Amino acid sequence: MNKESKVWKNYQKEIPEDHYFYVRSCIRQTFFPGAEASLLRLLRNDLNRDVFEDARHTCCTGIGYHADIIPLETIMTVMARQFSLMNEGGYSNMLVSCVTSFGLYCEVLDMWEHSPELEAKIREQLFQSTGREFDKPKHVVHGSDLVYRLRDEIKRKNVYQLINKETNQPLRVVEHVGCHYAKIFPHKSVGGAEFPEVLSGMIEAWGGEVIDYPERRHCCGFGFRHYLLQENRGYSIAQTRTKLRSMEPYQPDFILTNCPGCTMFLDRWQYTLAEMEGVTYDQKGRGIPVLSYEELAALLMGFDPWEIGLHMHQVQVEQLLDKIGIRYDPDMKYRAKNGDYMGKPAAPDVLIV
Amino acid sequence: MGKILQMLEQDIRFREGLTACMNCGICTAICPAAAVFPYDPRQICQIVQSGDETALDKLLCEDDIWYCGQCMSCRTRCPRGNTPGYIITALRRVSILTGKYLNSEQGRKQQRIAQNVGLNLLTNGYCIDADLVHPLAHLEQGPVWEWIYENREQAYEKCGANYKKSGAGALRAMDETTMKEFRSIFDVTGGSDYIKKIAEGE
Repeated sequence: MNKESKVWKNYQKEIPEDHYFYVRSCIRQTFFPGAEASLLRLLRNDLNRDVFEDARHTCCTGIGYHADIIPLETIMTVMARQFSLMNEGGYSNMLVSCVTSFGLYCEVLDMWEHSPELEAKIREQLFQSTGREFDKPKHVVHGSDLVYRLRDEIKRKNVYQLINKETNQPLRVVEHVGCHYAKIFPHKSVGGAEFPEVLSGMIEAWGGEVIDYPERRHCCGFGFRHYLLQENRGYSIAQTRTKLRSMEPYQPDFILTNCPGCTMFLDRWQYTLAEMEGVTYDQKGRGIPVLSYEELAALLMGFDPWEIGLHMHQVQVEQLLDKIGIRYDPDMKYRAKNGDYMGKPAAPDVLIV
Repeated sequence: MGKILQMLEQDIRFREGLTACMNCGICTAICPAAAVFPYDPRQICQIVQSGDETALDKLLCEDDIWYCGQCMSCRTRCPRGNTPGYIITALRRVSILTGKYLNSEQGRKQQRIAQNVGLNLLTNGYCIDADLVHPLAHLEQGPVWEWIYENREQAYEKCGANYKKSGAGALRAMDETTMKEFRSIFDVTGGSDYIKKIAEGE
């Protein structure tokens, strides 16, 4: 895509450099809590940015909403309360951890633009239920937007690059952008739904090579109700299988994601598919490591892999750490903060760990 | 205008989701659900656009509307700016409000979602609660999740979470005032009654 073209310029967004109110993700904090901790540590301590978290903010209820047990007015009012907390803290920029939440914040604000009477009703309901009032945010930014915005600054502080230390060649990276990042509101993303650059921009800035693959824009397969219902999970695994089969011929070194759900599915379903079909999507039977953008940024800045929670991935990351030349202590992988050994996960039958 | 269409028209997602469908079928071509289920969003748009009350009633009673995975890929591709995924959400709402969802196997599964995710939300303020993702119900999560689950206090602490404790941080316990405000929002906006209705299979 020509960066000077009108089309490209139509799909750029304003991403403030500083002063954010952070809202967490119930999926990310459950499965990859180290990713959120890494982002906050990196922004606050290494890049000296002001990011505030209010302990009183709640889940956005987005999973329940998309699984059709939460009415529209309920999720709108929950989000209005988050805006109220943001105002109380003196902030006007929201930094959102989750892609589902990000899509919904954009959607709620868009619906209010089209229906001021609905916004007025939500204001009344928030006041009635909590005594709170709110101003709308000036900017709603996904965590990956901000890291993309700061990618060159991060690069200057990087200890490692996306270069294979043996061959001195760029690592081959495939990316998967969560559907609700750009497919609902392309103008609220970096690059739109067709050419989102939010992850590929990071990969290129940090020395890697972005590998295109046919199903790059296909959904990871969360499906909301379909994953929540055990007997419907075939929907979910079928979609991830489509993606993994599509990227397999290109032998990527790892997968980069920006959505907590996608990270989890692309990682865990590799184990499940290996157990079900006896296959892995790499040549050594270890699977393709999956990293979120926070984990990648933190790793390249020299954070300890186990402190940022990379041992919580089912596909083991050591193969990737070794390629880049990242130093780590294998003995610390399953040790608690106080040094106690926590035991280690059982070995799967097929996927090599 | 028939009663079902009237209820649909009240929903902003319906009004924003369907302007004029020209039956091109691109939504079905891009749809991940259409690839694995007997599901055709193009056909659903046609039924809705026809306004035929009998056909709409049938739609609300059948499995089809419950197959959508809400990825919203259809929104990006529709050349007329429609969002079949929004139309589905509006149809599901009416199906639940009228109790018609209980006629379909896929619709009846809503009860379990309300009992699980709905309960999590009203109890602790999260859709997903680590304590309730039991490894035996989530074998697909692999042995690594079983290990995290069994060691969750120490495992979460190691990577900076604030598991079940007060104050900010990942996996924190919500304070009492927050939960009071949160539940009050659900009560005032109809969320509590909606979850209760579905959880009790009404």
